[in-house]
Amino acid sequence: MSEARPPSSNRALLWAGVAVLCAWTLLPIYLLALGALGGREIVSQWPKPFAPLGLSLQTLGTFLAIEGVWRATWVSVKAAALTMAMALALGVPAGYALARFRFRGAGAYRVLILMTRAFPVAILALPLTVSFIRLGVYDTPLGVALVHAVLATPFATLVCASLFMGIPKELEEAAWVFGCSRFTGFLRVVLPLALPGIAAASIFAFVLSWNEVFAASVLTVRQRTLTAYLLSVLSESPLHLQFAGGLVLIVPSVLFIFLVRRRLFAMWGIGNR
Amino acid sequence: MASITIERVAKSFGEVRALAEVDLTVADGEFLALLGPSGCGKTTLLRIVAGLESQTTGRVLIGARDVSALPPRKRGLAMVFQNYAVFPHLTVYENVAFGLRMARADKARIAAQVEKAAALLHIEALLRRHPAQLSGGQRQRVAVARALAVEPAVLLMDEPLSNLDALLRLEMRAELKAVLSEAGTTTIYVTHDQTEAMGLADRIAVMQAGRIEQIGSPSEIYDRPATRFVGGFVGSPPMNFLELPVQDGKVDLGGLALAAPPGAGARVLLGLRGEDIALARPAEAGFAFTLKVAELLGPQVLLTGVAAGGQPLRIVLPAAGPLPPLTAGGDILLKPDPARLRWMNEAGKALEGSP
Repeated sequence: MSEARPPSSNRALLWAGVAVLCAWTLLPIYLLALGALGGREIVSQWPKPFAPLGLSLQTLGTFLAIEGVWRATWVSVKAAALTMAMALALGVPAGYALARFRFRGAGAYRVLILMTRAFPVAILALPLTVSFIRLGVYDTPLGVALVHAVLATPFATLVCASLFMGIPKELEEAAWVFGCSRFTGFLRVVLPLALPGIAAASIFAFVLSWNEVFAASVLTVRQRTLTAYLLSVLSESPLHLQFAGGLVLIVPSVLFIFLVRRRLFAMWGIGNR
Repeated sequence: MASITIERVAKSFGEVRALAEVDLTVADGEFLALLGPSGCGKTTLLRIVAGLESQTTGRVLIGARDVSALPPRKRGLAMVFQNYAVFPHLTVYENVAFGLRMARADKARIAAQVEKAAALLHIEALLRRHPAQLSGGQRQRVAVARALAVEPAVLLMDEPLSNLDALLRLEMRAELKAVLSEAGTTTIYVTHDQTEAMGLADRIAVMQAGRIEQIGSPSEIYDRPATRFVGGFVGSPPMNFLELPVQDGKVDLGGLALAAPPGAGARVLLGLRGEDIALARPAEAGFAFTLKVAELLGPQVLLTGVAAGGQPLRIVLPAAGPLPPLTAGGDILLKPDPARLRWMNEAGKALEGSP
């Protein structure tokens, strides 16, 4: 009986849970930052000092001065943004169809969507390279984004489907009765209500593209994304420089999540205002 | 303002027949209730009128215009949904203004209409809130205001009060009646609650199994049910039905001989409202009733028991009047009001000439 338990032990459990969850996400970031900012010595030191002295931005500076880093970052941003746009452009309508229309093969379609993820990209590498060269999208952010969109769309579709299923059909019907077509009803009623979830799906697509390295490495030569670029440049570099690269890699993801967080947590409730 | 004509509308969902060729006319400004148990097709019929569902055959006219093939937005109607369906991301004001905005009304007209509808429903103080901050009753008011703000030719209501608690429902019912009679809009109101239908409607259409059993004013429906189903569905307690033998032009009601109605077969069904039965005075002819349970319901006493060969019978007596000894198993002599006998054939259809 949880009611009979004294509140103090509940609170202890709560805080223990909070601590574990925080450590789960923050500890790796902390170690990464330590390696990036602590310089050569701390990287190889064990045990790590909890609050190290002598942190400096020097390694980061060195890293950012590496030729091509900024260019690769820009390519990554372009590819991730394109991935996001394509995943949503396909996933939102597909999710709506899955949620609202009953059609033959809807169940099979749902499974097939997931099956696309089961196909190994490694096998596709060569044929993709060949056809991308033919299409003229090889070594472009668009080419990378095309492959990343294939990976991100299934998730976006299924997330959107469950989002739309969670929005009562009566709301849409009310919109139709009061002057909306199916499309304007979607824009004015369904979309605003689904926005928090769609923000989550877009984060996923963005971060997936940002972090993906295999397809990006195979499909680019000069227009490398940041991950692909770092993989080729940093594998030869000293450890602390690699850590600096890792830290830089997580910054945009964190920034992007921070930007959409309001949408992520905004529920149309009393707490909203 | 417009009339509604429903012509031979049928609806099937695959093999399942939801509506079987329904004909119905609602006059301009009339308030019609569609009454029936769940699954009788009343909501399907309403949704077909709204355009949210398409009929399999038949057509729907609003005014003189055939709207059968038009989407909901082009039918010139408004609707109040069972679960209110107020838009949670919009304020009350934006909700009420929604239909007018979609119709591209100018700002001044929108403001005036919203103000009028809000005043009618007493929600002026809530206009800047979001629905999540409102109670169920308040949301219901917003939903009704949203519908009235567009000044629709036709108003459709799908069990609008069924999600409210009993006390609030009673209050909203009275208020709805006042508001709607002031607006004078042609209204179809779907409900499974017969007291709601009786209290609100000009006419009631009682539905069962995809067809309309009877259409009439509340008193016609109550006093002269066309079928056994209608009598049993409307009224609390429902109408009693006793199956009685006919011999030599006489019907035998548990020892009391009644003149057989014209068109009676070997057996007839006698429909009797509980309040149309009274205690037989001493030395008066009557029929025997064996009491099982007596319940005091405020101004009335409800007696449940059996009569005419073990058939169940419920009677309602005024609590203030003379009462028999209310002991279970006791025999009581009763007499029906001869002017209010409802005769039906064995299949449960009213016999012609029965009052």
